[in-house]
Amino acid sequence: MIPLSWYLILAAALFSVGLYGVLARKNAIAILMGVELMLNAVNINLVAFWRYQAPEQVVGQVFAIMVFAVSAAEVAVGLALVISLYRRRRTVVAENIDLLKW
Amino acid sequence: MTPVQVIFLLTSLLVLGTALMVVTAPNLVRSALWLIATLFSVAVVFVLLEASFLAVVQVVVYIGAIAIMFIFAVMLTRKVMQDTGPQTNSNWWLAAVFSLLLFAGLAWMLSTWGGFGAQAAASVPETTIVDLGQALVSPDAYILPFEVASVLLLAALIGAIVVAWDR
Repeated sequence: MIPLSWYLILAAALFSVGLYGVLARKNAIAILMGVELMLNAVNINLVAFWRYQAPEQVVGQVFAIMVFAVSAAEVAVGLALVISLYRRRRTVVAENIDLLKW
Repeated sequence: MTPVQVIFLLTSLLVLGTALMVVTAPNLVRSALWLIATLFSVAVVFVLLEASFLAVVQVVVYIGAIAIMFIFAVMLTRKVMQDTGPQTNSNWWLAAVFSLLLFAGLAWMLSTWGGFGAQAAASVPETTIVDLGQALVSPDAYILPFEVASVLLLAALIGAIVVAWDR
């Protein structure tokens, strides 16, 4: 049998990899891919806790479905922003998108 | 080591290996394809957790919609960023240190929790998709988060169209 700790460590590792992708990449779309990895790690956590702590209730899966919906909405708006920026400023490098900087 | 444990170790190697390729691949299209591999491996993890409906939703929504959107966006913004040269900014080593620290901190903090080594319940009660559907639309259950998520998706849909409108 697989103890719960294995799933939690897997989710923590995937979250850390996603965090590295967000912090270290230049391209704005690559940063969004890192955010997707982090959201998947959160989903693994949620479903693991559902399976191990309360499998008779369905609320764990409902929570995971909410995370699916939120991440889809966030990716849609984020990529629309990136495409709009590409049209106006001809760049997708996150460092060059500095109109609001002091 | 039971066969399920072997399968879990192989799947977690797949998840983490493809995720590392996502964040380190210099070519952005390859990065998006590695992301598809990661999302599929996470669907396999869901199957191991006996959440079969969520595994299918993961494949359909994440791979079938979100990853395709990523590939569209990468293709539409190809010309400005060369695929050669550094794809990471100058502080990438600091990001790596911080990620490792976060992982170590999470692992240590989880290990101090009492239920860390919990074993799974013997079998999942037969919650069908009907139960899930009724939980999502029943007034005693989760109709309100369901409706709020619908409004959120509508707002995201309209917002994305307006933001990306080609004037």
